[in-house]
Amino acid sequence: MGALLEVRDLTVSYRTNEGPVPALRGVDLTVEAGEVLGVAGESGCGKSTLASTVLRLQPKDATVGGEVLVNGSDVLTLGWGDLRALRWAEASIVFQGALHSLNPVRRIRDQIAEPILVHDPGTSDDEVERRVGELLEQVGLPRARSRAYPHQLSGGQRQRVMIAMALACRPKLVVADEPTTALDVMVQAQILDLLGGLVRDLDLGMVLISHDLSVLSEVCDRVVVMYAGRVVELGAAAEVFDDPLHPYAQALTGAFPRIGDPRARYAPAGLAGDPPDLRTLPDGCSFAPRCPKAVDACRTAEPPLVTPPGAAPGRRAACIRAGEPA
Amino acid sequence: MSATLVAAGGSTPTLRRPSYAKYVGGRVLGALGSLAFVLVVNFFLFRVLPGDPARTLGRGRFRTEEQLEAFRATYGLDQPLPQQFLTFLKNTLTGDLGVSLRYRVPVSELILDRLWPTLLLVGTSTLLATIIGIYLGMVSAWNRGKTVDRVWTGSTLTLYSMPEWWLGLLLIATLAVGFGPVPGMFPTGGLHSVDADPGTFGYVLDTAWHLALPVTTLTLAYLADYALIMRSSLLDEIGEDYLVTARAKGLRDLQVRRRHAVPNALLPTTTLVAINLGFVVSGAITIETIFSIPGLGLLATEALSIPDYWVLQGVFLVASAAVILANLLANLLYGLLDPRVRT
Amino acid sequence: MTTTPLSARQIGRRRRNEALRRTWAEFRSHRSGLVGLVVLGGFILVALLAPVLADSDGLSVTRATGGVLEGPSAEFPLGTDDNGRSVLTLLIWGARISLFVGLLATAISMVIGTLVGLTSGFFEGWPGRILFRLTEWFLVIPFLPLALVLASVLGRSLLNIALVIGVASWPGTALLIRSQTLSIKERPYLDRARVLGAGRWHLMSRHVLPNVMPMVFANTTLTVAIAILTETTLSFLGLGDPTRVSWGSMLDDAFTVGAMTTGAWWFIVPPGVCVVLVVLSFTLVGQALEEVVNPRLRRR
Ligand SMILES: Nc1ncnc2c1ncn2[C@@H]1O[C@H](COP(=O)(O)OP(=O)(O)OP(=O)(O)O)[C@@H](O)[C@H]1O
Ligand SMILES: [Mg+2]
Repeated sequence: MGALLEVRDLTVSYRTNEGPVPALRGVDLTVEAGEVLGVAGESGCGKSTLASTVLRLQPKDATVGGEVLVNGSDVLTLGWGDLRALRWAEASIVFQGALHSLNPVRRIRDQIAEPILVHDPGTSDDEVERRVGELLEQVGLPRARSRAYPHQLSGGQRQRVMIAMALACRPKLVVADEPTTALDVMVQAQILDLLGGLVRDLDLGMVLISHDLSVLSEVCDRVVVMYAGRVVELGAAAEVFDDPLHPYAQALTGAFPRIGDPRARYAPAGLAGDPPDLRTLPDGCSFAPRCPKAVDACRTAEPPLVTPPGAAPGRRAACIRAGEPA
Repeated sequence: MSATLVAAGGSTPTLRRPSYAKYVGGRVLGALGSLAFVLVVNFFLFRVLPGDPARTLGRGRFRTEEQLEAFRATYGLDQPLPQQFLTFLKNTLTGDLGVSLRYRVPVSELILDRLWPTLLLVGTSTLLATIIGIYLGMVSAWNRGKTVDRVWTGSTLTLYSMPEWWLGLLLIATLAVGFGPVPGMFPTGGLHSVDADPGTFGYVLDTAWHLALPVTTLTLAYLADYALIMRSSLLDEIGEDYLVTARAKGLRDLQVRRRHAVPNALLPTTTLVAINLGFVVSGAITIETIFSIPGLGLLATEALSIPDYWVLQGVFLVASAAVILANLLANLLYGLLDPRVRT
Repeated sequence: MTTTPLSARQIGRRRRNEALRRTWAEFRSHRSGLVGLVVLGGFILVALLAPVLADSDGLSVTRATGGVLEGPSAEFPLGTDDNGRSVLTLLIWGARISLFVGLLATAISMVIGTLVGLTSGFFEGWPGRILFRLTEWFLVIPFLPLALVLASVLGRSLLNIALVIGVASWPGTALLIRSQTLSIKERPYLDRARVLGAGRWHLMSRHVLPNVMPMVFANTTLTVAIAILTETTLSFLGLGDPTRVSWGSMLDDAFTVGAMTTGAWWFIVPPGVCVVLVVLSFTLVGQALEEVVNPRLRRR
């Protein structure tokens, strides 16, 4: 059997009144069973777009190309019935922004139970009740909270509910989109611990999305760094964090001295300039306008994602100057 | 009033949850306050505004000073205002709303008598308008921007801009009287035929036949409101993230709508329907007038031409009380349906 | 490049012009609002030009030249009423009254509503609370019955009918303005102004009011629609000024003489159509304006 998730040359472009927005421009990645893949990048680089395509949940105004294979089936071309059967049962998503991703007027028990009943309509009430209690305990919430409404929970608790909900149908793959953003540092650490534990105990494959590379380096096996809809660096988590090859990744690691400084998200220190406007990307490397190391050659052609000379096998970077002595 | 979380994370959190009972208590108190205010307004409207109430109230009816004095004495208008107010309060609270200048019977009896036709007319119309309006609003929202949506939204806006009684006049001219090739099929007014025998099934049919046009008119008039609000609140919900979650779980689009989008969009619509219930009398005024249905609305317009002040005052009181009650109902309903309001 | 330094006032004017230009550009993208504006323009023109378009002699019952309820003809394009007057003439002059009463009533409602809303939003503490309570209480008084009672108590004149509608319809506006004021008050730059020692009056007139105005304007347009509808209804119920012809009083006449049973459609249809067109236009313009000033609504 192949990889749990295999994304091949994925492109997504949003149609807007001001013209097309290319949010993903040829992304390739794989996640093996039991592996945690981190996805890092600043706001707007296409992380959530990537997450939504895994279950073909992208909005109607998105044009998608390439392949997204979940357990070998291409979700982008699957029939609706098969797609619905695959959703949540084989892969699930912990959406960014737990408050809005939960139905505000339904009890959390009902919301956790819903996918169980959708995929296995014969489940008895007792069985559902037992399973919901189990899931809540698994994510560190008391069973009694199952009767609460989302607004009665704290941010961290809601995030735990989202995680419990994602595990409801025992999927092999969970995509967690910024599960720790907007939480305070203590709670962030708790949630990361929880996710790490679940991956170990349940042998999950996971895509962990964050704008914070240091968060990813703690939990992930491998990470990819994205910039303007492309993967610009990829490798073992510790290696990328300790010795980034792409100047953008270097800026990211330099920019995050500690976990979760909200300001760092929009203006990483040591990185001049604004995030790129996807509608008017420059010729050549899209990072060149902000790159301290850019040379003329950078502005002519988009560099391919390759293993630079001298780098460890399995590491790649999309930079013509990667591998040069610093 | 938000729920207070004492502990977060995995430890057992305790939640202080103000109960629904407390919410209800607050709302009932508010309604009582409004009711008191309406009583005050009612008193001043009819006794203070017109200058010498005796003269305006009995406009042109009294030849001599003695008659005027007698009138004043009967209605207690010769007493100081605070005294008058107390009497007014006592009378109103005991159900004594005065005597009609025209019919010479107690206003409360008159109102009770005229209540049922109004309730029948407005109740039926509200029910129909709610069902049709919500359905149309849903269809428009699902097809936003398409032809169906344009047509329905355009029609509802036009209906919304139309005096409902004018629509009624058009219906009378075409469907009741007959116009061109269209034969007159419905009665032009009234609630029953003269020869209808109460208590028989034929009587019920006869009433329905008489109510067909007025109910159609009011239904069309109310429907616009419900369709527009349902459309916009559904559009609000459609943009929400939790619908993506529902789709991600493997629900069919139809299930996503039925289980999540529609129930949530119905919350504001329900409230609007409940609030509008309060405007029974207002809605009935013009329609009962043009279709000569003997309800509260017709009672009010008849009283205008006399002017039969005590009847007007009574109808005004009932109309206001209905709105306050309906508001209370709407609030209680909302609190019951939407947990966010309660806590 | 040489630039002449601009005075503060010039800069202010430039900014205002710029803002107006942008608002207009935004408004123009709402096709239905634009259509509404054109239709309204037409009606306002007719109302203003009434003396030119139709001799005011045509309003006199005694000098009427036509027969009773005559159908449309070359002389009377929309037929005649029960007094033999030209319906078209009545319609043209009626436009004046209907629009005038609608606008006057709205002005009254807006002044009361804005004053109460601003004050109750701006002054926390008991004055604001009392005003807010009062607004809520007024809101539950049913509009049409109140208008009926007021009109019958006050007597029948144009001014009274505008007053009645204005007095009966301000609470909605007041609540809207109040919530706007509250949200503007939360904005950080007001704190800054306060720290810099700006007085309450300065804050209110320089910061809160200008920010609330666009919303008031959009709301005004919607209120005119309701005011005109109400004027029509009150006149239809015989509470209008008996000496003036408005669309509502025409319909009252038509109803009284039983025009719908005699098939005199020309006496019923045109006034109603005019009301619908004007009210619909105001509503469309108002909705477009609302979307311009409140982009959150734009999705609809
Ligand atoms: N529905 C949409 N229509 C048009 N453009 C969109 C849409 N959704 C996202 N975009 C654009 O696509 C790009 C990628 O968005 P995405 O939400 O994937 O970013 P992200 O990396 O998840 O950012 P964040 O860290 O803020 O969550 C952004 O430039 C965004 O403006
Ligand atoms: Mg995102």
